[in-house]
Amino acid sequence: MSLGNFLIMRQELLMIAVVLIVLMAEIFISHENRKYISTITAVLFALVTIAGFLPSPSGSLFGGMYVASGTTAIMKNVLNIGILLVIIQSITWLRKIENSEKVSEYYILLISTATGMNYMISAGHFLMFYIGIELATIPIAALAAFDRMKNQSAEAGIKLILSSALSSGILLYGLSMIYGTTGSLYFGEVARLFTNNSLQTLGFIFFFAGMAFKISIVPFHLWTADVYEGAPVNITSYLSVISKGAALFIFIIMLFTVFPAIIKTWQHTIYVVSVLTMTIGNLFAIRQQNLKRFLAFSSISQAGYILLGLIGGNELGMASVIYYILVYIFSNLAAFGVVIAISNQTGKENMDDYNGLYHTNPKLSLIMTLALFSLAGIPPVAGFFGKFFLFTAAAQQGFYLLVLIAVLNTIISLFYYLLVVKAMFINKSESPIEKFKSDFPTSLALGICVAGLVVAGFASVIFEAIRNLSFGI
Amino acid sequence: MDILTLFVVIPVLTITAILFLQDMKHVRLVSAVGMGIQLILAAILIFMYLSARHAGNTEEMLFVKDYLWYKSLNIHYAVGVDGISVAMIGLTSIVVIAGIFASWEVEFLRREFFVSLILLATGVFGFFISIDLFTMFLFYELAVIPMYLLIGIWGTGPKEYSAMKLTLMLMGGSALLLVGLLGIYFNSSPDGGPLTFNILEISKITIPMSAQRLFFPLTFVGFGVLGALFPFHTWSPDGHASAPTAVSMLHAGVLMKLGGYGAFRVAIFLMPQAAHELSWIFIILTATSVVYGAFGAIVQKDLKYINAYSSVSHCGLVLFAILMMNKTAMNGAVIQMISHGLMTALFFALIGMIYGRTHTRLINEMGGLMKVIPFLSVCYVIAGLASLGLPGLSGFVAEMTVFFGAFQHPEPFYRVVTIVAVSSMVITAVYILRVVAVLLLGPTTNDHFNHLPDAKWYEKISVVTLISAVAAIGLAPLWLSNMIGVSLQPIVTKILAISPF
Repeated sequence: MSLGNFLIMRQELLMIAVVLIVLMAEIFISHENRKYISTITAVLFALVTIAGFLPSPSGSLFGGMYVASGTTAIMKNVLNIGILLVIIQSITWLRKIENSEKVSEYYILLISTATGMNYMISAGHFLMFYIGIELATIPIAALAAFDRMKNQSAEAGIKLILSSALSSGILLYGLSMIYGTTGSLYFGEVARLFTNNSLQTLGFIFFFAGMAFKISIVPFHLWTADVYEGAPVNITSYLSVISKGAALFIFIIMLFTVFPAIIKTWQHTIYVVSVLTMTIGNLFAIRQQNLKRFLAFSSISQAGYILLGLIGGNELGMASVIYYILVYIFSNLAAFGVVIAISNQTGKENMDDYNGLYHTNPKLSLIMTLALFSLAGIPPVAGFFGKFFLFTAAAQQGFYLLVLIAVLNTIISLFYYLLVVKAMFINKSESPIEKFKSDFPTSLALGICVAGLVVAGFASVIFEAIRNLSFGI
Repeated sequence: MDILTLFVVIPVLTITAILFLQDMKHVRLVSAVGMGIQLILAAILIFMYLSARHAGNTEEMLFVKDYLWYKSLNIHYAVGVDGISVAMIGLTSIVVIAGIFASWEVEFLRREFFVSLILLATGVFGFFISIDLFTMFLFYELAVIPMYLLIGIWGTGPKEYSAMKLTLMLMGGSALLLVGLLGIYFNSSPDGGPLTFNILEISKITIPMSAQRLFFPLTFVGFGVLGALFPFHTWSPDGHASAPTAVSMLHAGVLMKLGGYGAFRVAIFLMPQAAHELSWIFIILTATSVVYGAFGAIVQKDLKYINAYSSVSHCGLVLFAILMMNKTAMNGAVIQMISHGLMTALFFALIGMIYGRTHTRLINEMGGLMKVIPFLSVCYVIAGLASLGLPGLSGFVAEMTVFFGAFQHPEPFYRVVTIVAVSSMVITAVYILRVVAVLLLGPTTNDHFNHLPDAKWYEKISVVTLISAVAAIGLAPLWLSNMIGVSLQPIVTKILAISPF
């Protein structure tokens, strides 16, 4: 293996370099200059993100354990954009007194999980995949418990680590069955040797359940709302967008490349769980008052829509899933960005607190409205295009009934998104949130999100670029 | 840039200009100028269209422009117009400008009001120029969503409830529509060529019958919800009653026509076989709309509710006529869309103006307005007469053509239903004349009413524009029905191929 080969995984290497630089900075930068750590990290990670768009070689390393291709590159780029946005959004929050000692820990943990996700997406072997998924999960549990002084936050950390340990156990149990029946853990080998053997199918079901925990698909979603509510808002947004997106990416790769032999089985499974996920996520979201819980349930239902892209096993489905996750990153991070900005400023996180927001903070309200419309799939923002393509992918395989259920679900979701819009624009409030001016990092992150929401739909090049790199079964 | 895209670009530019205005006083002026340009553009388009047809251009759609948008799905931004869409564009630009003048006095969040209103108009114009199902759907949803804010913020009465009900029901319709459109798309090429969203290309092939049976009802009901198809009309009375004047005008006048136009252009045109087979179900539903709406209007006491139910009845007539699937009835349907659009916008404008003066919309509480506000009252009578189908005004031409065409249908079932539907004309006369009698004639019931001011200049502009259009169609219907008739020919030919009457 030469150095040139080794550079196939330069994306991960760069991230590890960033982690090490931040670690060194923590040691060598004097106390008063600590505040620059955030800026340094953001700039470095921006460079990593840009580097990802440079043409990258395809190939495999370590005898096929690590695989890089055009598809993995674009998936990583989509995630990197999201991670960069989360990093920028966190800057204001980390400037608070109580966090000032923990800035570098935050970034080290965050970028470690990003590294884990990248390894996970590039896995060509189940062990590699498992290491990646654990590297991506365990630091997040630490991050969820980041507000040391808050009971809720500690609770969220414990809940996350316990539920992910359980799901990893289930996943490994499934993998052991797959290993026992095929004698290999390489994706290619497993795919070749996979038949409709019932023990293999059982192994797959366990694997599916383990993944369903990570993506928080009904009925494995119960940890989501509590963890999202307890964790700091920045981490909640990270969990709901990046973690979920990464898990969906590897899930789609696995379904398409490792398990095509039992496509009928997983199509039926996905059909049922996607209907459940959308419907239950939506129905629970209606009653939420806390915006973090609200967005938690909304993100559960969004995962249900995304499953529609997976179900067909076709090229269009894969492209639409990647595209939708990109759009979803922009929409959800814009919504969370507003929640973060208001939470940083006032500590308020309830829907009632948003009454009359438009009269005091029109820009934030408009961004929130755009974001929610995008989540609901209303034109002209990008969410409309994303949803349309997902539904088209499912319809291409003849799942018209499922598409109908999904669009009717989007109507339910529109109802509760409009409740927020109503609070901001129509409801009157005795004590509205005071007018305030967001600082530069918050505005920058929101600006990028809004630009993404507007451009990603109209500029067809983005979708076409993704489409050219995606593959079906 | 082609002339049709301008219809979307000008509203967008107007919105941008409004957003950058410093002085709130100029907002309405800029809106009026922008939409005035739009009206002039619409007039130019009508002349261009007529002269192109006069010069012997017999293509189905004129001024076609086609830009590839999403290559892998073969989604285009494709625009083109025939006589029907030109007529609808003309209607829209008249109603929009009248709406702007009718809402001259909006004070609360004025900038946002005009932006939402023009955004709605953008969606409507975009819908009428599209010949690609994807862009059509995009504009359709774009037109529906500003309604929520328009009713929710500036409405009256139970506005939040009405706004939510209206938005969710219309979006529910578009949910059905989306599945229908995807179904059409994936059956648009039975012999294995590239799939397409282009209406003209799809109309050249025959969608397999099994698919048509599935997707025709979805598409028709999807559009039908917006066209107030019974039993999905319940958003209409609440929504119209709560909406501010200009929004009621635009919504009843134009937005509900999206339903009729779409049902015609997409559901019937692309899937005529299923339409022929299943029309009896929808004929029953639409005839129910027609008669039920009229009866509903009789018992209402609120002026806006009366007019909203009357809109259900008249819009039901549009769908009813379309389903008769012959040239005369369809011609009548299009004229009815235009006529009702103008008429109902006129009604809502007048109701808004009367309400602004009397502060009540309950007819029992009013009386003798003819003596105090003669201009508005006379206009109200004219609108009423147009609505009940008096010769010389547009309503007569429209309803006459519709019923004449509907009765041509050879099967007895359709003739019987037509006779039932005709009864709505009588019922319409009852509620219109009752309102005119109670509201305008007799002594004034309230001393406060004796000092009401008559219409201001901008209100007169709004009303006179609409009345002249109503009268123009009533007095010289031929140019309109000729314009429509030519464009109906390809559709009728297609239908005749499957069901020779």
